[in-house]
Amino acid sequence: MSKEKLRSGIGIRRTREDVIFDSINYSFMVLLCIVMLYPFINQFAVSINEANDSIKGGIYLLPREFTWNNYAFVFQEASVVQSIVISVLRTVVGTAVSLFCTAMVAYAIAQPNFMFKKSVTIIFVMTMYFNGGLIPTFLLMRDLQLIGTFWVYILPGIIGVFNLIVMRSFIEGLPISIFESAKIDGAGHFTMFFRIVLPLSLPVIATVALFVAVFQWNQWFDVFLYNSSNPTLTTLQYELMKILQNSNANMSATAASAFAGSGSESNSANMVSPTSIRATMTIVASVPIIMVYPFLQKYFVKGMTLGAVK
Amino acid sequence: MATPSINSVKTTPVPVPETKFKKFMKQCSEQKALLFMTIPFVIWLIIFKYVPIWGWTMAFQDFKPARSFSEQEWVGFKHFQFLFTDERFLGVLRNTLAMSMINLVLGFVTAIGLAVLINEIANMGFKRIVQTISYMPHFLSWVVAASLVSVTLSADGIINEILATLGLADEPILFLGIGEMFWGILGAAETWKNVGWNAIIYLAAISMIDQEQYEAAKIDGASRLQRIRHITIPGMRSVIVILLIMNIGYILESGFEPQYLLGNPMNVQFSENIDVFVIKYGISMFNFSLATAAGIFKTVVSFVFLIAANSFAKKMGEGGLF
Repeated sequence: MSKEKLRSGIGIRRTREDVIFDSINYSFMVLLCIVMLYPFINQFAVSINEANDSIKGGIYLLPREFTWNNYAFVFQEASVVQSIVISVLRTVVGTAVSLFCTAMVAYAIAQPNFMFKKSVTIIFVMTMYFNGGLIPTFLLMRDLQLIGTFWVYILPGIIGVFNLIVMRSFIEGLPISIFESAKIDGAGHFTMFFRIVLPLSLPVIATVALFVAVFQWNQWFDVFLYNSSNPTLTTLQYELMKILQNSNANMSATAASAFAGSGSESNSANMVSPTSIRATMTIVASVPIIMVYPFLQKYFVKGMTLGAVK
Repeated sequence: MATPSINSVKTTPVPVPETKFKKFMKQCSEQKALLFMTIPFVIWLIIFKYVPIWGWTMAFQDFKPARSFSEQEWVGFKHFQFLFTDERFLGVLRNTLAMSMINLVLGFVTAIGLAVLINEIANMGFKRIVQTISYMPHFLSWVVAASLVSVTLSADGIINEILATLGLADEPILFLGIGEMFWGILGAAETWKNVGWNAIIYLAAISMIDQEQYEAAKIDGASRLQRIRHITIPGMRSVIVILLIMNIGYILESGFEPQYLLGNPMNVQFSENIDVFVIKYGISMFNFSLATAAGIFKTVVSFVFLIAANSFAKKMGEGGLF
């Protein structure tokens, strides 16, 4: 008896409790995955289903009448193509600039003997708790004449404090001996930064790159604030937001009104409905991120842990 | 710098008397490269993050954008007085507190619960799949998430279909049109979006727990639930406290994207929070002073809460954030 108890306790045999617990837990996890994925898969199914057929409802996980017409329609829309270009551009430029600047400051404040190590860190961290708020920031952008320009997407966010702390923690964790031997070889700080720290920091760079890229790609509010009167600088998320607001305001909107100003030029071969356009835009706006994040999982899990512990 | 002679008297034979200033300059030139790396960004920080704080003065003026600073009319606490007697703002305050409390409690309970349950999955492959899927909504924008929420809750959405199939509702419920339901919908949407992401940190804390504790408990005959209760959850204690302090500092930050995107005239009495109020008054109605006053109130309260929570945690012997 006692021998059996010992064996089962150590985990060679599963007890009845284990079986019950596991079956409840596994079923719950499957349910959780369904809840997480269903809304998205449903919209994907609607986006590849014939628009008039979708109106009848009853599309769940699979399309009933398969078609790419909704995508064809959306990609014909000049405002959509334009907004994709801006979204890609701000994601690429914003991420590159932010990575470079954040890594450089992180390198400096990770140096144990840097004279302003503490004060620079403090004035950055303070901004996590204090900021001017929406209106003063808006007026600053106006005074700097950034409103109506592309740079209003890049300049205000070149260094994120959280990312800075994550990077600093990582660089501080690099073995000191590397720096010392480089110093003996006569390497200056810039050489060390470019030749040693950047290549060794690839895991944390991947994490921060993901954070910044997701942030940039998902932005719509700064478009709304600063560039809503400039149709050449809107982003994909902003276009989707307009569709969402339209469909909230007017449940019976017609296809033409789903895009402001698209008018009657729409191709009659591509019959579309607001429901289909919205589903298609939802997928277009999220697919790039969904394709990328699983591959960086290993890194961002580490990055999150690092940033929160410090 | 002011008293070089005294310094030089005190320092024993040094050829050139080193003043503090000279030492400072020497250090600067030694660390030239590091200064080059930081100074441009400190200037950037001051312009983009500190200069706007100067804008807080607006809350004490009847600010007109066309006038210069010296021409503005100072009105003291008029805007604050207006806010706290305005019925609409008091409703906004109630919504903000209610939504952030719901988010705080739900956020903690669900993330901790999910971390514990994921940790109990023995099959590594399944564990990884569950985790990967649970992160997904976090990476979607709020625009996409709000769109998914409104489709799911629409008259012919899946929730109404399930209710109809189960015979629980005779006709479709327009969830987003019912103000009283908004807080719950928002809590559910926030949980859906962030629970997997928030669980990461607790899973990390669990992975730090010494496995021998589990082995010992098993030998002592502790059941699965007992092990969770007495080993796993206490093992997350310090992480929970730190995150609680950080989040209490954001007590008035209930977010604005979901409220703004899911808000409509039918639920506005429950969906409008301070941030949405600031946007509506400030950006749409150009009442910059009032909107700034509301923003200042939010920041100051958050800061007070943060300090209070931090010192409370220190008193409880948990070691605070700072």
